[in-house]
Amino acid sequence: MRLICPCCGWRDRREFTYMGADDYLHRPVPDAPPEAWDEYLHNRTNPAGAARDLWYHDPCGTWVCITRDTITHAVTDGTRLEDAQ
Amino acid sequence: MRFNAWQILKQGLSGNRGWHPHWRKPDPKPDYDAIIIGGGGHGLATAYYLAKNHGLTNIAVLEKGYLGGGNIGRNTTIVRANYFLPGNSEFYSHSLKLWEGLEADLNYNVMHSQRGLINLFHSDGQRDAFARRGNAMLAQGDDAILLGREDVRKILPYLDYDQARFPIYGGLYHKRGGTARHDAVAWGYARGADQRGVDLIENCEVTGISVDQGRVTGVTTTRGQIRARKVAIVVAGRSSQVAAMAGLRLPIESHILQAFVTEGLKPVIDHVISFGMGHFYISQSDKGGLVFGGDLDFYASYAARGNLPGVEQVMEAGMALMPMIGRAKLLRSWGGIMDMTPDGSPIIDRTPIDGLYLDAGWCYGGFKAVPASGWCMAHLMATDEPHPVARRFRLDRFATGDLLDEEGTGSQHNLH
Ligand SMILES: Cc1cc2nc3c(=O)[nH]c(=O)nc-3n(C[C@H](O)[C@H](O)[C@H](O)COP(=O)(O)OP(=O)(O)OC[C@H]3O[C@@H](n4cnc5c(N)ncnc54)[C@H](O)[C@@H]3O)c2cc1C
Ligand SMILES: [Zn+2]
Repeated sequence: MRLICPCCGWRDRREFTYMGADDYLHRPVPDAPPEAWDEYLHNRTNPAGAARDLWYHDPCGTWVCITRDTITHAVTDGTRLEDAQ
Repeated sequence: MRFNAWQILKQGLSGNRGWHPHWRKPDPKPDYDAIIIGGGGHGLATAYYLAKNHGLTNIAVLEKGYLGGGNIGRNTTIVRANYFLPGNSEFYSHSLKLWEGLEADLNYNVMHSQRGLINLFHSDGQRDAFARRGNAMLAQGDDAILLGREDVRKILPYLDYDQARFPIYGGLYHKRGGTARHDAVAWGYARGADQRGVDLIENCEVTGISVDQGRVTGVTTTRGQIRARKVAIVVAGRSSQVAAMAGLRLPIESHILQAFVTEGLKPVIDHVISFGMGHFYISQSDKGGLVFGGDLDFYASYAARGNLPGVEQVMEAGMALMPMIGRAKLLRSWGGIMDMTPDGSPIIDRTPIDGLYLDAGWCYGGFKAVPASGWCMAHLMATDEPHPVARRFRLDRFATGDLLDEEGTGSQHNLH
């Protein structure tokens, strides 16, 4: 599997560290109720098919939001987190 | 038919014409007392114990493919009770005891082989951690022996003892650990459930769960509507999709785990060896193949095959631990979909919907758990109370903070 880094282009999967689903982009406000934090930290849609998740490109230090298919492993997009919010 | 030596002799002398299929192929009835979604190890064991321990026989197991085609037939078959945390420890201890009586109970040869499991350690700190784990295992009533480097060398002379990166300091020896024949476990439970009247329905995918005023009323399947008062979701890697049919969002992310087998060799590895620092473990099947694996591929996936970096990592670790395996030819590799929870421990619990139960989150360790999971899930479904040895496997433990983080790595899906 190769992933897209917005800085470096298509790169080998071994250069990336996986973080998790793009739920991590939706951090609750600090005084949000505990349920909101539970959703953010633990509960997942866990899609079979089209998915967006966060990866770190180790060599250049960019956090990337990858769009890919969890069944075929086809990767279609890689965006900076700032642009993916 | 009861299986025994006399049957083998009799059938052998009469041309083997008297063997019959091990279970019926019934059509689904319109109505059951309970439905179990998923015909893997956990679903079949749940059905078996519901019938055997609780006398519930008007039940069905609905399997979208064929029985035993999921992870139950894809794992590396290690059975052990070397857990540390209260909550896990008593559960896996119970499971191992059930394993020890399983063949007699099922009248089925599941080839359970207690060949001994050795977990290697490579530093003083790790030795302390394993000594502590061993004490916890003894306190639980199970077995553990702390071995030094020379003790390990006597038992496993073929390891590389000169390795500089992870020198072998010793190992924790769990003699009652071992392996079993994975398919046979599914078949044995299937046959036992079928004999007690449970309908095992293959090629029957659940596509919807009906809920009326907070209570489950049945399921929609590719073979029609089926009503039931109780429904259990026991679908391992597919838990999120099936739970979503009832509007639930679970603390689960599905990941791939790969496994490998070499060509058949003469007996060479007599134990199960676990090399945690290299993320590598190995045993030899009764057919002679070396069966081994490593870590997750470490990203969410539903492909029942892995990527090459995972293969490379496992091969490197294997070569580092026992250079002799470089001579063996790899025959096959495959992957299975793991239902990873944030703390790496399972869930056996009710859901917010009345009559809907969940048995999931087995991560990469659910094979050894099959007997106890079935036992406890059946108890939960029959009595609506958690079984004492599974009471910590709660669905709400992430919200409340009562985690069961066996590895102590943190409560996030990407950490286990
Ligand atoms: C490579 C690998 C190695 C492993 N090694 C070990 C090990 O050494 N020791 C250990 O203890 N554990 C191990 N495991 C983990 C263990 O195999 C699993 O935790 C366990 O088998 C999961 O439970 P199960 O048997 O019920 O799952 P499965 O056999 O996957 O059963 C789930 C069933 O649900 C069915 N299903 C899904 N969706 C639907 C639907 N909508 N309708 C109807 N049916 C549906 C599926 O078809 C499947 O048959 C390993 C797993 C893998 C992949
Ligand atoms: Zn980059």
